[in-house]
Amino acid sequence: MGYNCVVCVKQVPDTKRITGQAMKEDGTVNRAALPAIFNPEDLNALEEALRVRDQHGGTVTVIAMGLPAACDVLRDSLFRGADRAILITDRRAAASDTLATSYILSCAVRKLKPDLVFCGRQAIDGDTAQVGPQLAEKLGYTLVTYLEELELDGPMARVKRNIGNGYERVRSRLPALFTVMETANHPRPPALLKALKCKKARAPVEIAKAVDGTLGASATPEAKSAETARRCSDMQTQNLLITQWNLDDIEADLGWCGGAGSPTKVNRIQSIVLAGGDYKEFPPTDSGVASLLGELIQDHTIG
Amino acid sequence: MIEVNRKGEVWVFAEQEAGHLSDVPLELLSKGRELADQLGVPLAAVLVGNKVRPLCATLAQHGADLVYLAEDGVLSHYQTASYTRVVCDLITAYKPQICLFGATAIGRDLAPTVASAMKCGLTADCTDLQIGDHTDAQTKEHISKLLLQIRPAFGGNIIATIVNPHRWPQMATVREGVMRMTVAEAGRTGKTIKFPVNLAGVDLPTEVLESQRRAKKVNLKGARIIVAGGAGVGSRDQFRLIWDLANILGGAVGGSRAAVDLGYVDHDHQVGQTGTTVRPALYICCGVSGAVQHRAGMQESAKILAINIDKDAPIFGVAHYGIVGDLNEVIPRMIKTIRSGASLSDAVTGASKA
Ligand SMILES: Cc1cc2nc3c(=O)[nH]c(=O)nc-3n(C[C@H](O)[C@H](O)[C@H](O)COP(=O)(O)OP(=O)(O)OC[C@H]3O[C@@H](n4cnc5c(N)ncnc54)[C@H](O)[C@@H]3O)c2cc1C
Repeated sequence: MGYNCVVCVKQVPDTKRITGQAMKEDGTVNRAALPAIFNPEDLNALEEALRVRDQHGGTVTVIAMGLPAACDVLRDSLFRGADRAILITDRRAAASDTLATSYILSCAVRKLKPDLVFCGRQAIDGDTAQVGPQLAEKLGYTLVTYLEELELDGPMARVKRNIGNGYERVRSRLPALFTVMETANHPRPPALLKALKCKKARAPVEIAKAVDGTLGASATPEAKSAETARRCSDMQTQNLLITQWNLDDIEADLGWCGGAGSPTKVNRIQSIVLAGGDYKEFPPTDSGVASLLGELIQDHTIG
Repeated sequence: MIEVNRKGEVWVFAEQEAGHLSDVPLELLSKGRELADQLGVPLAAVLVGNKVRPLCATLAQHGADLVYLAEDGVLSHYQTASYTRVVCDLITAYKPQICLFGATAIGRDLAPTVASAMKCGLTADCTDLQIGDHTDAQTKEHISKLLLQIRPAFGGNIIATIVNPHRWPQMATVREGVMRMTVAEAGRTGKTIKFPVNLAGVDLPTEVLESQRRAKKVNLKGARIIVAGGAGVGSRDQFRLIWDLANILGGAVGGSRAAVDLGYVDHDHQVGQTGTTVRPALYICCGVSGAVQHRAGMQESAKILAINIDKDAPIFGVAHYGIVGDLNEVIPRMIKTIRSGASLSDAVTGASKA
């Protein structure tokens, strides 16, 4: 019978390489200034969905919400075996907090009516782990967090959940949304043949940009959009067009999107100024170490 | 969502498993007490489960004026659907202004689901909570006495304060150990309000087949001395040095997230915003740069000793003692010195003379 799966993936700034320079005045991250990567646990989510398809048949559709640059993680997903990629991009979605994000994703997922939705447990840029549970709530799907093992049997899923200080085995009714732990699996690498084929996959917004480049500033907007449409349909016939949806396409209520749809607001962003040099320094020598330890013993901190 | 309700109480979700309260709700009650006093409203605990009434007394002793008790056989195991329904029904009925949850496996499942159902905001992993004012950057609207939800954000040198001005309740999660638990007041009592559980129409899509919990292997919170290693340690093998120093000092082993991610040490040992918050008598960190998320979990230690090869490492900004040097040389020296009690007593006399 097969299961239709949707995987929500996010392109994130590589937080291991963030510096203060990468912050904008308003406290949001200047993503452009940072290397962008596939959110690690979303790769585990994708792998879990691919395994379901390998074992039971069905489809794997990957959705990313973000700037056009998020197409990179969509292409990467195609290289690894996803059947279809969808980009949700819309200026009006900017400044969405987790509640607005999950609302927008729910509008998109609802169009696809999948049996299973997979999300990474959390994204490394915010570490909130909120979007998965909130998406499940909005869809009315069964929420199963912290998935480590999955077995499907008709309309039921058996899941081993990692609950931090142990595990739990549960049996849940589909449709369901799973948040996947990095310990669940080892994501397969991109497949060479798929990469060769899908590296040309593009979303309309990327095609439009390329057309801008080739036709130059002198071309009329009509000529540009005609050329973009031509190239898009060309890509479509080659099955290389990344589906692109805006908020109208997914029939989202704008009141629940972007800044307007986000109950949380930034009150203040504070740079921490460390009072440096206030500590007592000991040299890394035998005598330095001995006098430091001596001092700690003297004041009964150790010993 | 509920409308802004200035008379609303401050609530703490009293997470329990099999009739045992963990530390987080008690820590949150201590913080909640401060917030409720500042706002001049009662502090309430929300206790959901089966046969959990005996816990009401403990919650009152830790500061709760009221306990909302929702008991039912169906609630004996935590389940997203049933617990969400009960908590949302409670919020709708009593309109609290603030709801705090532990950022535990359960809290991080329940709080976002409740926030989604109530269409209100939620801030994860706060490291501090205060009451304060907010002026909207665009509309210039000024609102007083909001919950300031403070958490480190991207970049390692930024602290973001988040507010939830209009769509209440104001919800936040807090990691275990972040808030300091005040001592229980033995004689303190509170009122228990039994909340009728109505789960008719809520069908439970999940059945718990098996549940295995192990006691925490590492007791970082209770340790007097912690020796922590970071990415600078270099490998899981080299991490032996950290264990050795901890052993000889009778301390526990901690790690930075980078050390955990690199597989040098298990996650139970992680100190920081997304790990454990500790306040030992002595915190020795070796090869830890001192990112804000790490400092958030250790900077209240009584004494901090930093060992780092980079004299400009931010960790020195919170340290009381520092050694700029290679931990591969410094730690063996420390171990050697401690082992040879003789040279240490010399050092002690040396130090007292100095
Ligand atoms: C949302 C979020 C939550 C986070 N939560 C946490 C958390 O809970 N805890 C946490 O720790 N981090 C957390 N982080 C990560 C944090 O930002 C840092 O990336 C991390 O703390 C860095 O770990 P580190 O200091 O071990 O590694 P690095 O920053 O790589 O530092 C290594 C240090 O070792 C020193 N060094 C190298 N070789 C030697 C040597 N031979 N001898 C002595 N010193 C040496 C270097 O000078 C350097 O200072 C979080 C990040 C995010 C975005």
